[in-house]
Amino acid sequence: MPITEAAAPHYQQPLLRTPFHARARALCEVDSYIPWAGYSTVDVFTSVEHEYFAIRNAATLYDLTPMVKYRIAGADAPDYLNRLVTRDIGKLGRDRVAYCVWCNDAGHIIDDGTVFRLGDTEFRLCTAMRQIDWLMASAVGFDVTIEEVTDRIAALALQGPTSCAVLKAAGFEGIERLKPFEIGRFAVGGAPITVSRTGFTGDLGYELWMEPAAAETIWDALMSSGRSRGIRAIGSQALNVARIEAGFISPNVDFVSAEHSLRVGRDRSPFELGLAWLLDFDKGHFTGRRALLAERRRGHRRRLVGLDVAGSKAAHNALVYCTRSGKREIGSVSSAVWSPTCKRNIALAMVDAPYFAMGSTVWVEIYLNRELVWERRMMQARVVERAFFAPVRRRSTPPADY
Amino acid sequence: MARPEEHDAIVVGAGHNGLVAACYLARTGLKVLVLERNAYIGGAAVSRRLYRDFTYSNCSYVCSLLRPEIIRALELPRFGLQIIPYEGGCTLMGNGDHLAIYENHDALRREIARHSKRDAEAYERYSRDVMRQCKFIKPLLMRTPPDPASFRPRDIRELLFLARRFHGLGEERMYDTLRFWTMSAADFLDEYFESEIVKAHFAGSSIIGTALGPRSPGSAYVLLHHYMGDIDDTVGAWGFARGGMGAVSNALGASLQASGGSIRSSAAVARILVRGGRAGGVVLADGEQIAAPLVISNLDVRRTFLETMSAEDLPDEFLRQVRNFKIRGSSGKLNIALDGLPRFPAIPAGAPCSRGDMHVTDTLEMMERAYDDWKEGRWSRAPYIDMLIPSQLDPTMAPDGKHYMSVFVQYCPYALADGAWTDAKRRQFGDTVIETIARHSPNFKDLILHAEIRTPWDIENEVGLTEGNIFQGELTMDQLLFNRPIPGYAQYRTPVRGVYLCGSSTHPGGGVMGAPGANAARTVLEDLGRAH
Amino acid sequence: MAAADAGGGFDCIVIGGGHNGLVCATLLARGGRSVALFEANDLLGGAAATREFAAGFRVSACAHLLHSMPAALQRELRLQSYGFATAATGMASTALVADGAALAIGAADLAAADAAAYARYDARMRRLAAALAPMLSRAPPRLGTRRWSELAPLLELGWRVRRLGARDMRELLRIAGMNVYDLLEENFESAALKGALALDAVLGANLGPRSPGSVLTLLHRLAGECAAGAAGLTQPLGGMGGLCDALARAARAAGVTIRTSSPVARIEVEADRASGVVLEGGERIAAGAVISSADPKTTFLHLLGARHLDAGFVRRVTHFRSRGLAAKLHLALDRAPQFTGLIPGREAGRLLIAPSLQYIERAYNHAKYGEYSQAPVMEITVPTINDPGLAPAGGHVLSAIVQYAPYSLKGGWELQRGGFADLAIDTIARYAPGLRRSIVASELLSPPDLEREFRISGGHWHHGDMALDQFWMVRPVPGAAQYRTPLDGLFLCGAGCHPGGGVVGAAGRNAARQVLQQAA
Repeated sequence: MPITEAAAPHYQQPLLRTPFHARARALCEVDSYIPWAGYSTVDVFTSVEHEYFAIRNAATLYDLTPMVKYRIAGADAPDYLNRLVTRDIGKLGRDRVAYCVWCNDAGHIIDDGTVFRLGDTEFRLCTAMRQIDWLMASAVGFDVTIEEVTDRIAALALQGPTSCAVLKAAGFEGIERLKPFEIGRFAVGGAPITVSRTGFTGDLGYELWMEPAAAETIWDALMSSGRSRGIRAIGSQALNVARIEAGFISPNVDFVSAEHSLRVGRDRSPFELGLAWLLDFDKGHFTGRRALLAERRRGHRRRLVGLDVAGSKAAHNALVYCTRSGKREIGSVSSAVWSPTCKRNIALAMVDAPYFAMGSTVWVEIYLNRELVWERRMMQARVVERAFFAPVRRRSTPPADY
Repeated sequence: MARPEEHDAIVVGAGHNGLVAACYLARTGLKVLVLERNAYIGGAAVSRRLYRDFTYSNCSYVCSLLRPEIIRALELPRFGLQIIPYEGGCTLMGNGDHLAIYENHDALRREIARHSKRDAEAYERYSRDVMRQCKFIKPLLMRTPPDPASFRPRDIRELLFLARRFHGLGEERMYDTLRFWTMSAADFLDEYFESEIVKAHFAGSSIIGTALGPRSPGSAYVLLHHYMGDIDDTVGAWGFARGGMGAVSNALGASLQASGGSIRSSAAVARILVRGGRAGGVVLADGEQIAAPLVISNLDVRRTFLETMSAEDLPDEFLRQVRNFKIRGSSGKLNIALDGLPRFPAIPAGAPCSRGDMHVTDTLEMMERAYDDWKEGRWSRAPYIDMLIPSQLDPTMAPDGKHYMSVFVQYCPYALADGAWTDAKRRQFGDTVIETIARHSPNFKDLILHAEIRTPWDIENEVGLTEGNIFQGELTMDQLLFNRPIPGYAQYRTPVRGVYLCGSSTHPGGGVMGAPGANAARTVLEDLGRAH
Repeated sequence: MAAADAGGGFDCIVIGGGHNGLVCATLLARGGRSVALFEANDLLGGAAATREFAAGFRVSACAHLLHSMPAALQRELRLQSYGFATAATGMASTALVADGAALAIGAADLAAADAAAYARYDARMRRLAAALAPMLSRAPPRLGTRRWSELAPLLELGWRVRRLGARDMRELLRIAGMNVYDLLEENFESAALKGALALDAVLGANLGPRSPGSVLTLLHRLAGECAAGAAGLTQPLGGMGGLCDALARAARAAGVTIRTSSPVARIEVEADRASGVVLEGGERIAAGAVISSADPKTTFLHLLGARHLDAGFVRRVTHFRSRGLAAKLHLALDRAPQFTGLIPGREAGRLLIAPSLQYIERAYNHAKYGEYSQAPVMEITVPTINDPGLAPAGGHVLSAIVQYAPYSLKGGWELQRGGFADLAIDTIARYAPGLRRSIVASELLSPPDLEREFRISGGHWHHGDMALDQFWMVRPVPGAAQYRTPLDGLFLCGAGCHPGGGVVGAAGRNAARQVLQQAA
């Protein structure tokens, strides 16, 4: 069943509402919404800080419905996906999820997303941006059907150390046995619901996929079972802090899709984004493979790395230099935040060779507005691994009872 | 007879390019005189009161291409120019449906998805590729093309500049660019879209003003030509000049006068004088001679050399090429005063898409068939229509509650196969257009208070554009860049020293862009050894 | 000459025994490679074969005249020593004009004003074409390359164009993107002359005279004629199949293993390389290189398969425009056709039905909408006049290329083939009264027929539109324009590559050179 559109037509109200809209609206105290893939979603419910700490301390609900979802099925679906993404889908078991990227012919990243194997020849691809144009272009010569099902599946991210306990209490029996990147099927209050142990927080967490009709019931059930476990609804801003801590990249923030870039030289390869581990050159051909093999031989000239920046002021949009004098620019920061959990000033930055080597020292130029006066600070930063925060609990099965 | 040293330069024709050139020259301290045949300035960028209190932009009707660097350098906003962007656009379909273009990205995606979900997303790739081409071409607009057959350092430098820019695109995009410049709009659009109405909508700009059909190779470039403009950095955006297109010319005129230049209207130039192999001034239709060492012609290349200069002053081969320059009238125009706002049932009430350009067509085939009619020397039986009601956004265009509608019609021939244009034929042409619109608007005909019907023949006679071609020459590959207007003479200079061209016949071509005027002025100043 | 290796594999496998495939195979074998060639049909020659379309009546299946096969290539292949003979050379062209004397094309035959103009025009066009001609025998350049050798053709072209002098250079740069309609209007008065000259620009092309780019197709043909040398329009003895027989003998003599009735089902890939082919019967044959003379769509999408290629490349291949617009009409006649108003002897040459530019443009109009032309444009030969052996004694064959006959005809060809054939016959009969009574048998090959018979996707003679955006370094698609493909060991050698269609053989030779260079 498609999600009910807002009453007003698209030219008056361009953004759609998700099935959780009424619930979210009731909790959104600061009236802060942002558009995401054609839907209106909450940016902040109450305060970014408190929402963020719920992710790391308790449990959080995040409306994931706008995530673009495709159903990919047909005899050639595994071959099709193998030609599309850089990982080996053949190795992906049934009811398992894989994080993937896909590239254009030049080996530049078009988007990242997750592939769910729902059956031998049935998959779901979840992406941040709409992709049907590229997905269909890639389908020539394959017996495969591709269908966008975004509005047929409501989705929630339940993340945080108490998330397993919340699910258990809500009647998701055996949820504690679900391993990372595994898919489980449940029925709650008569409604079928699929749960994957995936997420964008780098913490223990789950993503729940359901029919839109069941959306409010599930929301209510989780809120009620989570009440004693500190659950709260969170918006995109809090999630963004968590994902930077986890070192995850975000499209149009840390990279621009090779299908959208206008300027020459703005596209990025998996090597440059530090995603070489996603490349499987032995699985057979995939789009971009020849270009990426050449890049592997050639080496890459820049790389997205983590920066541990001195001081406490986030290095938003900062340029990166190799010396304090700021004479030679060697990159720029794409994401930055003060990490409340790590108590470090962290950032993701694209840095030129050879400065992207782990442990290198670089300088970032931060501008601070202090009572309407701008001050420029050159802060030292160290190149570090991107996963700033990676608790053991995100991987342990069964998860500890928080 | 005027004193010989009274003017440093004469600009023939007060079209927007002539005025732009004059402004740039006057700003360096040159004494510039602009001579205009009509009683009003602006050429084809005019606002005219032809019926009661209605203002008609009765030739060009929208603004986008006017280069921002010119607007800024000539301080046009100070002299009254304001451009108001469209709020949308749409194409009205024969089946009562429509395709709307909305500024909001999500609204637009959902609107295109009504016709094809796939096209809604292919649109992203389409915009990307058009934008990539715009980025490539825009820096070339305000430059003088090289002569590839020359060994002069400037030409070699400019060729190298082009080559380097092209090479900078990288392998894939170089091929894309090569293909884009040579493709037909239909083939180009086929590589993106599946829905007929989506293709037809975007193909519109590939045929406006041109004697090509959407299936003619090279029409993809014409499509691009209409995208190269921007309003306040929104690339491809179009808008209305407040007060009609005459506001552009009036601002230029005021800017010119503020810089010390002068304009004489109702002063038709009959001849450009050549003395001792170089420009000597002009003779007006009434016999008055005005001397000046520089004559810059805003007239099209045919009119300049075949009608205002003597054949003996020009090389034979050059004249042959001038005669071969293609200037074809292919567009008609209706200017209509309306007693109220017409209803278009296809467009949902309150949707902003009527406050922009509204088109009437269904398919590429329909547009191509409209072109086939033109090839046979008749106006299109089912014409492509680009209509706007500027008075919805600009309160100065019509009395309160009344509206002015500009209707651009593609195709309408300059010469009919069955003999000359007559009043009766002009009426029939107008009726064809009005009936076509009336099929989409039940109360349209009843609202018409006055309609001015303009065929290419009328446009030629009034504005002086040969054959009524709005670009002063076809925008085909043989007449672009270093081929425009004549190979070997694409640098605004002519075979006669001191005589220059500054109209849309020269690079980068037509539209109310001003770039030819600015480039011509730069060339003149270079030849004078003055910095600009 | 090298024999097949012991393992049953070959150095090179050539897919398709059309003229380009045969040329390529021969030159590879002479270059010391062991070569096998697989042809799907029982006859060699592909679309350049001679077919028996009625008992005892034989005709060239597609193109019926040679005009662009480089003289150097013919010599290189020693075709004459392998039995290639011509039935006629230097054939004249004559424009058929309704109710009037036919117009012979040539400076000597024209009215004074046009004669002088023609001489001027012809000389200039041939000068320009001569500058382009050497490019036909080079692999197109690759843009963005760091290798000088891949850029050399671009620099060479630039140098050759410069050497034309400023006037001709400027003219070339002007007309290269122009339409032939305007070019001819600039030069001539006579409608029949303009029509006839325009025909060569649009024959086999998806263009009308008013379509920009039609001058380039004309220049391209003239460049081919320039490279072909002095023979001019040539009719091979025994039809086009006569040429291919000689090519096949040359190939066999060079040691090429030729297998007919052996359709290739797919190209095998191993370790990121083309490693051989599998025949439709299931037989696998290994090879170090596979060279396909099949059209690009067939090669990439059907024989190789999209899964071995990048999606963006495949998108380009699917965008390659390859729907044919030319049909072929074959008539078996019991006597020689009598054309009215023809100078005696001219019936042995090439007869054109293209009485004016408007006529051609109107004929093209229909094709744009998936209709066939009500008044079609034709290139006609009566090959039996020069080569009586093609028909039983006293009988004659009329062979006509009929335009425009779009591949995707509204309503389908099955229902309309007969009607179109009748229309074509009636159109000829207007210039040759009594033709109908002499017809013993007839055949019309529509583009879908050509697709079926010769396995050319879209039934396009040239394997793909000859158009500005499908020319030279973007033909057939960027990434495969230098005969190499994105897959190592797989090459193209057919008309889908530079320099395109027509019985030219240059694609086959250029491809062979690439293969030999790569392996060397």
